[in-house]
Amino acid sequence: MASRNVYVTSREVPPELQRRLVTTALVVFVAFALVAGRLWYLQVDRGGEMRDRSENNRIRIVRLPAARGVVYDRNGEILIDNRPSFDAIFVPEDARDRRLVLRNAAHYLGEDEQTLHQRVRGPKKRPPYEGIVLRRDVDWQGVVAIETHQLDLPAVSLQVAPKRYYPFGTLGAHLLGYVGEVSDRELADGPSDYRPGDLRGKAGLESAWDEELHGRAGGQQVEADALSRRVRVLAEVPDLPGSNLTLTLDRDLQEVADRALGPADGAVVALDPRNGEVLVMVSHPAYDPNVFARGIRRDEWHTLVQDKRHPIANRAVQGQYPPGSTFKIAVATGALDTGVINPATSFSCGGGLQFGGHYFHCWRKGGHGTMALHAAIVESCDVYFYQVGQRLGVDKIADYARRLGLGIPSGIRLDHEKTGTIPDTQWKRRRFNQPWFAGETLSVAIGQGYVTATPLQMAELTAIIANGGIRYRPQYVRRVEAPDGTVKRDFAPDALGDAHLKPATLEAVRAAMRDVVMTDRGTGKKARVVGIEVAGKTGTAQAVGEENMAQRDAHSRRDHAWFIAFAPVENPEMAIAVLVEHAGEHGGTVAAPIAQQVFQRYFTRGATPPEPEAPTAPESPAREAHAVRPPTDHPL
Amino acid sequence: MRFDRRLITHFEWLLPLLALAVSGLGALTVYSATHGPGLHGPSPLAVRQLTWLAGGTGAMLAVLTFDYRRLERNAGVVYVLVLLMLLAVPIVGRMGGGSRRWITMGPLSIQPSEFMKLALVLVLARHFARTPPGPLGPRAALLPFVLMLVPAIPVLAQPDLGTAIVLAVIALSMVLLGGVRVRSLAAVAVPFVVLAPLLGPVVWKHLKHHQQQRILTFVNPEADPLGAGYHVIQSKIAVGSGMVWGKGFMNGTQNHLNFLPEQHTDFIFSVFAEEWGFVGCLVLMALYLALVLRGIVIASRARDRFGVLLVLGVTSIVFWQAVINVGMTTGLLPVVGIPLPLFSYGGSSALCLLVGAGLAMNVAMRRYFF
Repeated sequence: MASRNVYVTSREVPPELQRRLVTTALVVFVAFALVAGRLWYLQVDRGGEMRDRSENNRIRIVRLPAARGVVYDRNGEILIDNRPSFDAIFVPEDARDRRLVLRNAAHYLGEDEQTLHQRVRGPKKRPPYEGIVLRRDVDWQGVVAIETHQLDLPAVSLQVAPKRYYPFGTLGAHLLGYVGEVSDRELADGPSDYRPGDLRGKAGLESAWDEELHGRAGGQQVEADALSRRVRVLAEVPDLPGSNLTLTLDRDLQEVADRALGPADGAVVALDPRNGEVLVMVSHPAYDPNVFARGIRRDEWHTLVQDKRHPIANRAVQGQYPPGSTFKIAVATGALDTGVINPATSFSCGGGLQFGGHYFHCWRKGGHGTMALHAAIVESCDVYFYQVGQRLGVDKIADYARRLGLGIPSGIRLDHEKTGTIPDTQWKRRRFNQPWFAGETLSVAIGQGYVTATPLQMAELTAIIANGGIRYRPQYVRRVEAPDGTVKRDFAPDALGDAHLKPATLEAVRAAMRDVVMTDRGTGKKARVVGIEVAGKTGTAQAVGEENMAQRDAHSRRDHAWFIAFAPVENPEMAIAVLVEHAGEHGGTVAAPIAQQVFQRYFTRGATPPEPEAPTAPESPAREAHAVRPPTDHPL
Repeated sequence: MRFDRRLITHFEWLLPLLALAVSGLGALTVYSATHGPGLHGPSPLAVRQLTWLAGGTGAMLAVLTFDYRRLERNAGVVYVLVLLMLLAVPIVGRMGGGSRRWITMGPLSIQPSEFMKLALVLVLARHFARTPPGPLGPRAALLPFVLMLVPAIPVLAQPDLGTAIVLAVIALSMVLLGGVRVRSLAAVAVPFVVLAPLLGPVVWKHLKHHQQQRILTFVNPEADPLGAGYHVIQSKIAVGSGMVWGKGFMNGTQNHLNFLPEQHTDFIFSVFAEEWGFVGCLVLMALYLALVLRGIVIASRARDRFGVLLVLGVTSIVFWQAVINVGMTTGLLPVVGIPLPLFSYGGSSALCLLVGAGLAMNVAMRRYFF
């Protein structure tokens, strides 16, 4: 240290700092002494005890899965319930000979040994001694076998685990959805209290409302003995069951619609136009969610996914179909509202229209003769709408279609909702980098060409016409209740937009839709219900463009049948859309009778349709609007 | 650069040997901690750790080639560059274990928050080297506080409470060693202590349920018997069951039966303690103590204030992390994610600490150059 004071710089180390270094060294000594003391305490003083505990380390975390919430229909009928069941649980750490135990387990459970091995290898991050589910929902024979052969099956135990139960099977399967084991990706996505092996909603409301339904798993810190029997519970966090949902769905109507659609592929959606409540949502073909609840087998899943009829898809919100003539309601609304035509504007139909070097057919080869709007809707004349479409232009058509809820998400709380397509000039440029061709407008005017919509959107359009222009969010959950019965959320009607339609427009369109059903010339007369005025519109949509015809088989070449309707014409209480996929027949023949059965049931099943909350339900503005509206049954 | 023979005659041997001894034990323990059934030879993690240590040793020697005083001029640049990297993490970062901390660069995955510790030491050493010496008032602590807070907030948001705490204690150590009176600092702290009970409930109300749970568990691990509380119990069992001589290398049952959480990072000490017992732990603690004391000795011999503070800053990283980590795994302190320096698995941390050792050697070897 002799050289220390040879050079004096301006940054010389001040003696003050040297003093602090001594203090620092003292602090360091004290800290290390504390740590060393702690180590002495743990390793020497209590070392023997800790060694014992490590050798008999039987402190385990046992998870107590929470029961998912129960789901009721609007009248309190249980749509999704829980039932007790047993899972076969395997704790690998407890097994001396893993292979032998799994071989025995496979034998008693009637499972493939290889499958069990895969399942045991499955979970990557598993806390020690947390059991792996070998088989969910063991049947009673399996339960008896496991109970009686405990000696062959060390480390295998039965655990009570509530299972989802869907008492009505396939009924409403797509809306209800299903549950499955939480996936590795879902586990990695953000914070959640899910653990491998937990059940999570995978589709429908089970998925969309999972946060409300799933509750919170509890757990116990348990000390077990050498045979892994529980000695005592050291600490416990109780599980918290999920919230219960009360839907707006009407189980009775759902069943009628389901039966009416029968074996056909398609969808039925019924809304309450006064508030957007979903009364019916059917999609065919359906699957049985109970299969998922008990743990779907690999082959069953492959069969479902590879089925060409796509039973997993919810056609009501994911099926995008050309709306055909039902789209004329949007075109007529736009044409009247903008003043391009008035109700008296007439065109002549000779069975088709020559335009731009192409002949556009009317569905009636002989033609409809000269007619005004009312008759053109009632008899669904294509040529009339070719003319109207040309005058209105594709951008105005698109504008009104969107006001009526097409081409945009409906806002329903379901995963993977499709929006359909409402083309306009901008869309064409974006999509194909091409200008719009005038001839394409003609196809659009009759709901063909690029136009597609989902059945839910068509029901929404119908509801908007019925309620005077208000676009409500389709809601199928009315109430969320905590397990103790306290209401956590009550859903009021959610008006997303107003179509801003002139009263005269609505009146003319509704009058025409009424006569589609109520007059003998109408295309939808099969939807008539005794004693009730029904308004509707039929549609028969070409499933594929002519250029693709050759590639399709006979079935998928067949037309889709549509029917949209609301009733009663005065003060509508229900708006419905029916789609029968590849029906090959006219909408009025196939789809209208389905709507008819739903109306029939709704209006005849009792003097007062079940409205458990009628006194407290907020009076919707739509109802008032109708009250002052003059009768619409006068001919135009 | 002019080569000076005195660099060889004054080569600092003790510090790098101590650092490499700790790193070697660490790599050995990572090997044991990540060794799973059916795995032959070292695990990929152990191999990667060794690669980082080799690279870190190279970097430690490379740091010796230039005069550390050049760093004083560039401390601000280093700080800003590392800060930019840190701010890029939420945008380009990679998730791991529920937080976003890493940036992937080709085969490397680096953790900018580790580099921030070193950058903070540099910039604070420069700050106090340029402040007039002598007992300082509370105002001298203001800028260091801001320099610490700017990186600590994004680190906290990753979320990485442990690293944020380390940044805070580094800054606190530097402020005190830089000459700010304890009394002054206490005066600054008083308003916060008074305000906390007033603001606390307001902030609390705006937190999400799981955030509240995390804080509660942090304050009291026993409140979460299935999570952190369980981990502390298992960690204590692991440490204690090592007894005097340990269960032997690769023989830790707590480790190999997966009772320990994060057994190759934050809880690696439990693995070591279980396998090497009280004797092994004393050796390891002695190594850390020697490392820290050697740092203090080097600091006391340095010729300029920047050098003193630089060495003390690096030393404080090692000291605090070692004490907090061992305190946490033995149940003395609440569980926060702080790795054991040079010992836990983690490339960025090992690299930074070895570079830090290189800087301390640099200061030690150039003390006669003035």
